[in-house]
Amino acid sequence: MGIEIHGTAASTCTGRVLLTLFEKNVEDYKIVQVDMAKGEHKSPEFLKSQPFGQIPYIIDGDVKLFESRAIARYVTKKFADQGTPLYGSSPKDAALTEQWLEVESQSYNGPISTIVFNLVFAPMFGMTTDEAVVAAQTAKLEAVLDVYEKRLSESKYLAGDFFSLADLSHITYTHYLMNVAQKGAIYDSRPHVKAWIADLFSRPSTQKWLKEAGFAK
Amino acid sequence: MTFQVHGTAPSTCTGRVLIALYEKNVEDFQIVEVDLMKGEHKSPEFLKNQPFGQIPFIVDGDVQLFESRAICRYVAHKYADQGTPLYGATAADAALTEQWLEVEAQNYNGPIAALVFNLVFAPMFGAPRDDAVVAAQTAKLEAVLDVYEQRLSESKFLAGDFFSLADLAHMTYTHYLINMAHQGAMFDSRPHVKAWVAELFARPSYQKWLALPGHLH
Repeated sequence: MGIEIHGTAASTCTGRVLLTLFEKNVEDYKIVQVDMAKGEHKSPEFLKSQPFGQIPYIIDGDVKLFESRAIARYVTKKFADQGTPLYGSSPKDAALTEQWLEVESQSYNGPISTIVFNLVFAPMFGMTTDEAVVAAQTAKLEAVLDVYEKRLSESKYLAGDFFSLADLSHITYTHYLMNVAQKGAIYDSRPHVKAWIADLFSRPSTQKWLKEAGFAK
Repeated sequence: MTFQVHGTAPSTCTGRVLIALYEKNVEDFQIVEVDLMKGEHKSPEFLKNQPFGQIPFIVDGDVQLFESRAICRYVAHKYADQGTPLYGATAADAALTEQWLEVEAQNYNGPIAALVFNLVFAPMFGAPRDDAVVAAQTAKLEAVLDVYEQRLSESKFLAGDFFSLADLAHMTYTHYLINMAHQGAMFDSRPHVKAWVAELFARPSYQKWLALPGHLH
């Protein structure tokens, strides 16, 4: 009886959870499809499990959890003894991982999710793209990438010279912005950021997610 | 060798860290004042320590950290054996703590920070208050409080029947909105939320934070 993930593989936040499972070599999981197009995530039934009407949530035995970063932390701790050590190898590594995971959550996520919504999802659902918002959020994102460029000139990954949950947390939204919305220039123009992205996307777990999500064969 | 908190005691994010230290009965720390009015947090010297130009950051021996929620997690783990158990008592407790801490970071923080900025700080600095933003963010916050009302009718605190880092993370911004911006009505109109806020504000750690010099009244 494995972990049940209620969501959809191609979604950014469900993907964050899947990437974590893959990094930890967890095979025993099942995706229970949530039909977003039919508004299933806003149904009274769904809201009993996730009261904010968002995917994903997981069921793992008697543990039921939502918020993808909380789920990713849970998976990382539960499977601490296998796969990639997603918190590094010391308490200091773990602290720096949490710091950069908060940076992703507080500074990267806001701008990138807004841009991706406007450029990818709004057109899909016949809604208008707010160009002023895209411009403003792009400026914010570029300012964050300037900080990343400096940081990544000092260490290979965000928390240090080890791949961590902090780096992982960036992958799915970055895929949507770079590869679906075709806005890779802001990454390519910053050499250390560019190299970091190339590294993240070459990981077997990223390749596996891209396949499961239907972006690659 | 002292634990240094670089920031200013009354600030919402510095306060989050101070309350965590008090909950863990940590007395041996020093607040190193950062002069926000003089723009010290944007100086080249400061940016070496916190590249986003925000307070707080901490220095604890060879660990230097920023992002208040990351610092709180670090404090909760370092002092796990003393004070309030901020992650509850079991792995399931810890997972639910992380879930509701993510809810605070992703769903509560955005609206409340915008409201506190417009209602408390903008007037202080003679900046214009955006009434459209206040209306929109109030609606968002009230929707979140509806979820909290339901949740808190099932358990005493957010993660369960134990006070956790998830509840703690709400305290300083909630103080600003209720006590400085006088927007307590939305909390008072929801009986379980009202009782929960009263609990949080009764805690000695909150009282200790309030008693620190520098708070505006």
